[in-house]
Amino acid sequence: MADLSVSFCGVKAPNPFWLASAPPTDKAYNVERAFRAGWGGVVWKTLGEDGPPIVNVSGPRYGAWHGPDRRVLGLNNIELITDRPLEINLREIAQVKRDWPDRAMIVSLMVPCVEEAWKAILPRVEATGADGIELNFGCPHGMSERGMGAAVGQVPDYIEMVTRWCKAHTRMPVFVKLTPNITDIRFPARAARQGGADAVTLINTITSVMGVDLDAMAPWPPIDGQASHGGYCGPSVKPIALNMVGQIARDPQTHGLPISGIGGITTWRDAAEFMALGCGTVQVCTAAMVYGFKIIDELTSGLSAWMDEKGYASVSDFVGRAVPRFTEWQHLNLDYVAKARIDQDLCIQCGRCHIACEDTSHQAITREKDGKRHFEVIDAECVGCNLCTIVCPVEDCITLVPLTEGVDPRTGTPVGGRRTWMEHPNNPSVAAE
Amino acid sequence: MSQDHVAIVFAEPDIAARRLPSATLEANFGDIHPPLDRHEARVAADRCLFCWDAPCVTACPTGIDIPLFIRQIAAGNPLVAAKTILDANIMGGMCARVCPTETLCEQACVREAAEGAPVKIGLLQRHATDALMESGRQPYRQGTPTGRNVAVVGAGPAGLSCAHKLATLGHEVTLYEAREKPAGLNEYGIAAYKTPNDFAAREAEFILGVGGIALKTGVALGRDITLETLRTEHDAVFLALGLSAVNALGLGEEALDGVEDAVAFIARLRQAKDPGEIAIGRRVVVIGGGMTAIDMATQARRLGAEDVTIVYRRGPESMAASRYEQELAQTNGVLIRHWLKPKALVAAGGRVTGVTFEYTQAQDGRLTGTGETLNLPCDQAFKAIGQAPGGFPALALEGGRIRVDAERRTSLAGVWAGGDCIAGGQDLTVAAVEDGKQAALSIDRALAARATA
Ligand SMILES: Cc1cc2nc3c(=O)[nH]c(=O)nc-3n(C[C@H](O)[C@H](O)[C@H](O)COP(=O)(O)OP(=O)(O)OC[C@H]3O[C@@H](n4cnc5c(N)ncnc54)[C@H](O)[C@@H]3O)c2cc1C
Ligand SMILES: Cc1cc2nc3c(=O)[nH]c(=O)nc-3n(C[C@H](O)[C@H](O)[C@H](O)COP(=O)(O)O)c2cc1C
Ligand code: SF4
Repeated sequence: MADLSVSFCGVKAPNPFWLASAPPTDKAYNVERAFRAGWGGVVWKTLGEDGPPIVNVSGPRYGAWHGPDRRVLGLNNIELITDRPLEINLREIAQVKRDWPDRAMIVSLMVPCVEEAWKAILPRVEATGADGIELNFGCPHGMSERGMGAAVGQVPDYIEMVTRWCKAHTRMPVFVKLTPNITDIRFPARAARQGGADAVTLINTITSVMGVDLDAMAPWPPIDGQASHGGYCGPSVKPIALNMVGQIARDPQTHGLPISGIGGITTWRDAAEFMALGCGTVQVCTAAMVYGFKIIDELTSGLSAWMDEKGYASVSDFVGRAVPRFTEWQHLNLDYVAKARIDQDLCIQCGRCHIACEDTSHQAITREKDGKRHFEVIDAECVGCNLCTIVCPVEDCITLVPLTEGVDPRTGTPVGGRRTWMEHPNNPSVAAE
Repeated sequence: MSQDHVAIVFAEPDIAARRLPSATLEANFGDIHPPLDRHEARVAADRCLFCWDAPCVTACPTGIDIPLFIRQIAAGNPLVAAKTILDANIMGGMCARVCPTETLCEQACVREAAEGAPVKIGLLQRHATDALMESGRQPYRQGTPTGRNVAVVGAGPAGLSCAHKLATLGHEVTLYEAREKPAGLNEYGIAAYKTPNDFAAREAEFILGVGGIALKTGVALGRDITLETLRTEHDAVFLALGLSAVNALGLGEEALDGVEDAVAFIARLRQAKDPGEIAIGRRVVVIGGGMTAIDMATQARRLGAEDVTIVYRRGPESMAASRYEQELAQTNGVLIRHWLKPKALVAAGGRVTGVTFEYTQAQDGRLTGTGETLNLPCDQAFKAIGQAPGGFPALALEGGRIRVDAERRTSLAGVWAGGDCIAGGQDLTVAAVEDGKQAALSIDRALAARATA
C-alpha cells in the first residue's frame, strides 16, 4: 500500500488532499465534517483584521457554467473573505486543531497592506496552534477594490514586502496564494520567494462574467438588477492552473519552491497531474462544493491504487517528475512526424473527423471508398494536428501514430531526425550563421 | 378450402363494454410515451454528434435535417427546431408519435452502433413540434397566388402534405374527403395511445391553417365526383386515397357475428368519446402480423380483454410489425403465436366461438400446411391481414395499386398519386407525407412549365 502522507514545508498530513480556503472551510462545523470524512488538511476560510466583519451579498453569490447534463463545468463567486468575527474563527481553529492534531491546519489571511496590521494578527493566529498561514493575494473581487487580495497579488513588489513582514513576525511557515489574473505568473512567484515564502499556492479564481440575461439585459446572475464580475473556478480552470504551476516549477528562479496546487481538481487523476508538475500538496474547493466531502474516498483510493501500480512508495517519488519534460516551443523536435490512424473496426461512421479536417484543417480524411461512406487518413496531407482524434466520439478510434522510418509523405523529409526551431534552416537566425 | 363452419357448442360468447374502471381505461389510452421535459430534452439532445452527412437524415423518408433541429433544441430554441422539422415534413408532429423510428432514423443513428442506444430522435422531434403547437403560432403563409387550382382527393397524410406544400407555393387547393373528418388513418387508424388528446384533428387544423385550401368533406371520388370532372375543372389532380378495402379470410366470415375487420374496429375505438363504450371479448384472437394486428391486440388488452392471441402464419422475423412493436404487444400481455394459418371458423348460433388453425412450415420459401390443426376458442376474432386497394379510377395499376413514376405521376396526364394507394410504397405515415410533398413539387414544376410553354 502506497504511503499517502506528506510533509509539506514541515507541515505533516495523512494525505496531500487539502480543502482550499473557501466555504468548505468556513467554520468548525464544516472542517470537522471534512476531517471525519478523511481530508488531510484544510486552509481555513480567509480571516480579515479585527473589527466589524465584512458583509456578503444576500442574493446569488454563485453562478455556474453547466454542461447539458447539469454537470458543473465551472463555478463563479462573488463571496468575500469570512463574514464571521475574528475571535470566533480563532477560537474554533484552536479547538479543531486540538481535536485533530494529525491534520494540517493552515490559516488564510488578508489584512490591509501595512505592516502593523500583519504584526497584530500573526501572534493571535500562532496562538491557535495552527500549522501555517496562507497569504490570500488572490481574491479578485470585493477585497481587491479595498487594496487587498488581487490588488496586492498583481504587484510583485507588494508580495515580496508583505511576505517579508510575515516571515519576520511569525515562526509559522508562510504560503503565498497567487492570483492568476496576471500576465506572467512567474513574476509574483519570484517575488514570493524573494520575500522568503516557504511555498506558493495557486491558483485563486479567475475574473469572470458568467453570462448575460438577454431579457433583463444584465450580466447574470444579478443582484437587484445589476451584477459585478466574480471569480471563476472548477473543472474548466484546470488547464490554466496546470500551466501556471508548471511554469513556476520549471522557472530556474523558483525551481524547487514548494507548490500547493489548486484549480479544478475533481478526481485523483487531476491531483496526480498537478503533483507530477511539481505540487507537493493539492487543494480542492469546487469539487467538494458540488459533490460533498465524500469525494475524498475516491481521491485517496484512486491515488493509492495508481501509486501501487506504478511502484511509487510515497508521494515524493513522483512529485515533479513531469517537470523536466515541460519545455518551450522552440525546443520541440520539428522532425518528429505523427499521422492519424482510424481504426475501421471501431469507427461508427459519424463523419466528424472528415468534416473537421475538410472544413478547418488539411483535407486529409476521405469520405468515400468504392462508392461507400469511408473515412481514412491521407498521409500525404495529414500534418498530425490531432483535431480528428479530438472530435472523434469513440475512445481510441483515432490515434496519432509516430512514423519511425522512411520519409514523411507530406514533406518528403526523412523521419527520425532531430531538429528544433533553433537548428531549423527556415529560422532566419540559423540561416544567418 | 372448406367454407362450412364446424358446429361445436360453446358457452355464450362473453363480449362486454366497461371491463375496466374508467380511471384504468383513461390511463391505458393516455400517452404511451410521455413527452420529454425540457431537461430531458437537453440531455437527449446533447448525445447527438452532429454527424457529417448524417445517416439518420438519409434514413428519414422525408429527409428532415435531424442534427440541425437537435442542435437548435440544445441551444434552447425548440420553436426554431420545429420549423426545421416541418419544412421537410409538415406532419413532423404525428410522425414523432407514430414512426417506427427503430427501423428508420434511430436505427441509422451512429450512437446505435457505438452504444446500442440511439439518440431519442422521435421524442426530440415531438418535444420541438409540441412546443410549436402549444405556442399557437402559424409559421406558414399561403404563397403568392399563381391563379392555379389543384384538386387533392383524400385528406390523409399524403393529401394534407400535398395540399400544404401546394398552398405555400401559391396554388389554390380543393381538398376532397369522403369522410367527415380530415387526417385519414391519423384520425381513424393509428393506435389511440400514440395520439391522444385529439392530436390528429389539431394537427390537421394547423396544416389547413396555412390558408388557400378549401376542404370539402363528405365528398367521395367515384360516388359524388368523377376523375374526368376533376381533370377538366382543376389544373392538376393528386390522388391520396389510401386503401379503403380490406382483405378477406375467405372462410365465410361475412355470415358470422363476432368476426370483425380490425381496421373498422380501431376506427370505432378512435371515434368513441370514451373507450369504455366499446365492447370487447373476454377471449380475443387477432389474425395477422402487421402494425394493425399489434394495435388491435394491444388495444383489446387495454380495453380489458383477458386473453388475447395474435396468430401469424410465419415466424417473428417475417412479421411486418417491427420487433419493438411485437414486444409492445407482448409486454401488454398479448401472446403471439407463429406458424399457424386460419383454416376454419368455429361457430354456434351464427356467432364465432373459436378459430381452427393449421400448423405451417416454410419449404423452399413456400408456406405449406402440415395438416395438423389447433383450435383456439374465442369470443371475438379480428382479421388484420392487410388492407386492400379498391375503388380506384381507371388508370394503370401495379399489383392492384396505382402505378407512379419517381415524381409520383400516374399514367394519366395531369394526375399524380401518393400514399398507401400507390405501388411500391412503405405503408407508413411518413412515406405518405413524403409522397405528398414530392407530388406537390412536381405539380408546381409542371404548372410552371405549362405557363411558359
Ligand atoms: C391500424 C393501423 C395502424 C397504423 N399504425 C401506423 C403507425 O404506427 N405508424 C405509421 O407510420 N403508419 C401506421 N399505419 C399506416 C399509416 O396510417 C398509413 O400508411 C397512412 O395513413 C397512409 O396515408 P394516406 O394518406 O396514403 O392514406 P389514409 O391515411 O388512408 O388517407 C386516405 C384518405 O382518403 C380518403 N378517401 C379514400 N377514398 C376516397 C375517395 N374515393 N374520395 C375521397 N376521399 C377518399 C379516406 O377517407 C382518407 O381520409 C397504420 C395503419 C393502420 C391501418
Ligand atoms: C465561494 C468561494 C469562496 C472563496 N473564498 C476564498 C477565500 O476566502 N480565500 C481564498 O484564498 N480563496 C477563496 N476561494 C478560492 C478557492 O480557495 C480556490 O482557490 C479556487 O476555488 C480554485 O479551486 P477549485 O477549482 O478547486 O474550486 C473561494 C472560492 C469560492 C468558490
Ligand atoms: S491529424 Fe489533423 S491533419 Fe491529420 S487527419 Fe487528423 S485532422 Fe487532418
